[in-house]
Amino acid sequence: MATAKTTSGPGGSIAGAARDAILAGVVALGIFGPLVGLKTEQNMQNELVITTRWGLVAIIVGIVIAGRFLLTTTIWPAMTRNKLRDKPPATAGEVAFRARLARWFAPTGLVFLFIYPALMVYFLGFQGSLKWVDNFGIQILIYVMLGWGLNIVVGLAGLLDLGYVAFYAVGAYSYALLATHFGLSFWLLLPMAGILAAMWGIMLGFPVLRLRGDYLAIVTLAFGEIIRLVLINFRELTNGSAGISSIPKITFFGIYSFDVSAPNNFAKVWGLAMSSAYYKIFLYYLILLLALLTAFVTLRLRKLPVGRAWEALREDEIACRSLGINTTNTKLTAFALGAMFGGFAGSFFAARQGFVSPESFTFMESAVIVAIVVLGGMGSMIGVALAAVAMIGGTELLRELDFLKAVFGEGFDPDQFRMLIFGLAMVLVMIWKPRGFVSAREPTVFLTERKSISSSLVKEGHG
Amino acid sequence: MTVTTATPMLQVRGAKTYYGKIIALKGVDIDVNKGEIVTLIGANGAGKSTLMMTICGNPRAREGQILFEGRDITQLPTHEIARLRIAQSPEGRRIFPRMTVLENLQMGAALDNLAYFDQDVERMFTLFPRLKERIGQRGGTLSGGEQQMLAIARALMARPKLLMLDEPSLGLAPLIVKQIFDAIGELNRSEGLTVFLVEQNAYHALRLAHRGYVLVNGSVTMSGPGRELLEKPEIRAAYLEGGAH
Repeated sequence: MATAKTTSGPGGSIAGAARDAILAGVVALGIFGPLVGLKTEQNMQNELVITTRWGLVAIIVGIVIAGRFLLTTTIWPAMTRNKLRDKPPATAGEVAFRARLARWFAPTGLVFLFIYPALMVYFLGFQGSLKWVDNFGIQILIYVMLGWGLNIVVGLAGLLDLGYVAFYAVGAYSYALLATHFGLSFWLLLPMAGILAAMWGIMLGFPVLRLRGDYLAIVTLAFGEIIRLVLINFRELTNGSAGISSIPKITFFGIYSFDVSAPNNFAKVWGLAMSSAYYKIFLYYLILLLALLTAFVTLRLRKLPVGRAWEALREDEIACRSLGINTTNTKLTAFALGAMFGGFAGSFFAARQGFVSPESFTFMESAVIVAIVVLGGMGSMIGVALAAVAMIGGTELLRELDFLKAVFGEGFDPDQFRMLIFGLAMVLVMIWKPRGFVSAREPTVFLTERKSISSSLVKEGHG
Repeated sequence: MTVTTATPMLQVRGAKTYYGKIIALKGVDIDVNKGEIVTLIGANGAGKSTLMMTICGNPRAREGQILFEGRDITQLPTHEIARLRIAQSPEGRRIFPRMTVLENLQMGAALDNLAYFDQDVERMFTLFPRLKERIGQRGGTLSGGEQQMLAIARALMARPKLLMLDEPSLGLAPLIVKQIFDAIGELNRSEGLTVFLVEQNAYHALRLAHRGYVLVNGSVTMSGPGRELLEKPEIRAAYLEGGAH
């Protein structure tokens, strides 16, 4: 309606938009006046006292009015214009640029990831780099790895798994328990955690072989919860909700330790100032390599029969069977491999935190990992990595938004609005790109050289 | 079009298939000999597709026996039946929509013999030149006829001994149907491929076939050489609605 008004005439459109905006402001005042403007607080005498926050209400109403005005005068007309106008065919230059971007994005990103800690140390010093390497770098890379692991199950094999965090938990507790009780090294326990998680993946896989879609999702969700509840209640083994603490740190292949008291402490041996930054940088490279291992294995497998069978399974299970593909084995390998990478990530997580408890393995974690895969574009490695950066990096960044306190008052904590902003952002992304950041699927087989095919496509788009 | 050797390849003996408590096949006997094209015609709901799927083991026959080259395959899982080189192009084509034409063909050759892959792909492109033009295109973006060609080509990539096609003419223009049936006939003549064809398009299917069966309500009511069946007045009345197309 508003757009119709704006197109009717330039003079009437502004007045109409203003009326519309004021109306929206009145509605906002009606809603937010009582909700935000009035606040009840208990004073020392246990009495309820009403405090008012009219300034905040004014800000909100102002934002609504301005936003609505902008929406009707600029954004919607621009959107209709864009829709009406035929998209001009991409010029050869644009297509070439896009092709070059696609070709160079991954290598450039990889180089950046490898020099990232060095950059941070160079600009911020060892202490200053801590936050950026640990909270951002390592945290994001853990989720990139989890996203890539789940991508095998959800993105490639098309099996919606809402309980992926269970395998993460299995990996984490495997390392935590075996390292604290038997003093085994991380380098021995890393593969072991992967194998144990893969076994749990197969155990989950068997009962759900005949399920698909929503039914499968429900059962995997339940599986994730079962693992968490077992971790809480099996106190003799897992120490319940209290969790397991003082999990040993990872050593540099046994040569250097990062324990302050150890004689072969990295900083001591090299005569450096004591800092936890060395350990964090070491962890950063470790998780980077683990994530790249996941990516490498996935990319290789996609070109092998088992990977092709996963994708065919996602497309059509009945057709798969009629072509002689053993769908049972195909599903189980997808579950097992996805779970294995989850287990690797879990054991890394336990070693990095030094502490695990069931709190870390709630359904929310599974949901975030699934969201990363869906947001990134199912099956796309780069898309999933980008989504992990946006989701995890984005939520971490929200912790940094201290300037908002100046606007909304001292008591405002942007951290509390993380999930709200996060949800809004997800909705917007799904409107903008319903199939995720990267929806194009790279074929795995070419009869001729890949280059010649892409150049022929360029010609087609051009002419 | 005479078949000199009557070696039985597929034998269905008294197959009874149920969906829950509902009986879909009431004891069906069918033979497909080596080098033959055998057509099964019948109305909607007669059990044609059920018979085809029963041969593939999904659903399984509750009674009766299915023999392939003398071996009882009644209890084998579907994928192992396919591995005996019984290729099936299931109802509704069921190509892989997000995979390219070439990838679809590759899935057809999933079992083994990647050594022959390039050679077989070329063979498919000779048979269906349209597919060659679409080689890098995603399966889901093909037209119905092209998808059907792809489904048949994909089944042929497994180098089958027996090719089973479920309603290849479904929803296609007459000209495309003719192209596809010509291709099937050509494969049978030049390579001696055995074909079991389930069809509603009785005229084309029976003309193509060496022998035909008529399935009514889960039982075979008539059988005989294709052209003979085509002449029978009851078949003309029931399936051809007053004459040739």
